[in-house]
Amino acid sequence: MDLFHNLAIGFSTAAQPANLLYAFFGCLLGTLIGVLPGLGPLATIAMLLPITYALPPDSALIMLAGIYYGAQYGGSTTAIVVNLPGESSSVVTTIDGYQMAKQGRAGVALATAAIGSFFAGCVATLALAALAVPLTATALLFGPKEFFALMILGLILASVLSSGPFIEGIGMVVLGMLLSLVGTDLSSGTQRFAFGIPQLFDGLDFVPLAMGIFGFAEIVKNLEQDDKLSLVTQKIANLFPTRDDFRRMIPAMLRGTALGTLLGVLPGGGAVLSSFASYTLEKKLSKHPEQFGKGAIEGVAGPESANNAGAQTSFIPLLTLGVPSNVVMALMVGAMNIHNIQPGPEVMTKNPTLFWGLIVSMWIGNLMLLILNLPLVGLWVKLLTIPYRYLFPAIMVFCSIGVYSINSGTFEVYEAAVFCVFGYALIKLQLPAAPLLLGLVLGPAIEENFRRAMVLSRGDVSVLVTSPLSASLLAAAAIAIVLIMLPAIRTRREEALQE
Amino acid sequence: MMIGFAIRNQRAFASGALFLGFAIFFYVVALGYPGGTAARMGPGYFPRLLAIVLAAIGLAVMLGSMKSTADLQSLHKWDWKGLGWVTGSVVLFALLLFPAGLIGALFVLIMVSSKASPEFTWKGALANAAVLIALCLVVFVYGLGLRLPVWPSIFN
Repeated sequence: MDLFHNLAIGFSTAAQPANLLYAFFGCLLGTLIGVLPGLGPLATIAMLLPITYALPPDSALIMLAGIYYGAQYGGSTTAIVVNLPGESSSVVTTIDGYQMAKQGRAGVALATAAIGSFFAGCVATLALAALAVPLTATALLFGPKEFFALMILGLILASVLSSGPFIEGIGMVVLGMLLSLVGTDLSSGTQRFAFGIPQLFDGLDFVPLAMGIFGFAEIVKNLEQDDKLSLVTQKIANLFPTRDDFRRMIPAMLRGTALGTLLGVLPGGGAVLSSFASYTLEKKLSKHPEQFGKGAIEGVAGPESANNAGAQTSFIPLLTLGVPSNVVMALMVGAMNIHNIQPGPEVMTKNPTLFWGLIVSMWIGNLMLLILNLPLVGLWVKLLTIPYRYLFPAIMVFCSIGVYSINSGTFEVYEAAVFCVFGYALIKLQLPAAPLLLGLVLGPAIEENFRRAMVLSRGDVSVLVTSPLSASLLAAAAIAIVLIMLPAIRTRREEALQE
Repeated sequence: MMIGFAIRNQRAFASGALFLGFAIFFYVVALGYPGGTAARMGPGYFPRLLAIVLAAIGLAVMLGSMKSTADLQSLHKWDWKGLGWVTGSVVLFALLLFPAGLIGALFVLIMVSSKASPEFTWKGALANAAVLIALCLVVFVYGLGLRLPVWPSIFN
């Protein structure tokens, strides 16, 4: 079968000793940084990105994927042990995970998260491999107007899922798109919004912006809240779930995996949505809904499987359509561009070893996390006892060197400083930064496809709604907007996205 | 109930104003680029279109903040000191990297940013700086071989 043939190609790349080593280091570093409170996968990847510059493209992507999963897993550890979500997709894990830890079952909760994540990772990898070929074939049918409509849908869904009022999320998307126009206009060669600064001719770089907003500004915010971490001090002894635990967690794991695999594919979906949806589902289906919030193992197994499955399948739109479905995927676009890979349907056809190697290494990465994390849990927990006053200068150092090494120049460092102030303003105004970054990444492609569609239709905008494919994508976006405006759903969403 | 145009939600009002300000800025600058027609868009067409959309969103958010049903929210206070230490340390790092070299620039970055913490101690910050600088040299310079100016420029 084709699928197995493709996976075999992947294994021959991913199982090379060097690449295994990079996957291992990626997972290790990702977990190491991801465990630190207040650092989500985005900041973690942005910080570790420079390490991969010197590697060949396939090794670099394999390592980045490892970092991503490591960061995800590190986030769950923080959620369980200190009741502090390292990232938004493990917010739900804090509810029951921390309760389990307080009951002396931290080890079981961590093991549940690891097993659930691994199982979900295996299933989602297979889903990714199976869906890649047909979806890529679909992508080849897409013309400019369809791509335009697809990206609009993705941006709308991303704003729907971000916290705060929907209209402010859309505003951030549009602002991000405007910022993306800085630099040389490819069709005319005009320098736009560059004000004669040569470093801006290539556009605003994604990494300094992400570091300024999610690295530096976040630190200023964390320093303001001087509440102490409520670390669980008991020694983590027993890792193994009992037979009863297994009986309760396996169905939750299966459901979480299914949910996450499906929701992760949606543009704008991914890990966060999946974990929330899974928690709600488990609570609804449970015979003991009263145990939720008091250490129900299903409340850890379901969402943790779901967020890992979602994290994995959110690679699908990126790799097949070239459309990142969330901010982390947007950063992956940036990382791929550094290695001269244009994400999209061409990756699979032009670069099969890289494509399938990446997919297989995702599975290997999940396996490594399982092997790595259960024995090392004690070490990760120790890391959490380092006071923040020593940690944050370290984060500043890594971010600054990382930003500098993008171009071996200080311009990007100044850029990051400017976006630190901007990011702090966003925090104070409670404006979500994720839609801004998505707009920034998708902006150039949206403009290009819009222009090309308009050239083809001789300036007739109605072509966007007369072609069935783009019309249905735009209709889906319109439905999402209408739904979010309905008062009942509005309040539900506000409750769900509240942290 | 407040009468007339009271700003009930100051946070939303400021957010809308931020959108509007950016929209006006981008629109005015984009007027300098050829607009073209929908069929043959010039470099100014799309930015102006986006700026108009953003301005509309900004106005809608501002108007929404004045509705009698809007949430009562005031602006959050800024921690200017913390922001100053953190941002300042990054700027100093960039300024000093070439003249003072990586070791000097990192030392300043760590010491200045550490001041942002309410629990700052000289001893702790100095020890942290020593550990972090050693770690960076091992990882970035010798391990990864990144092109970083380790020593002050006068030595080169």
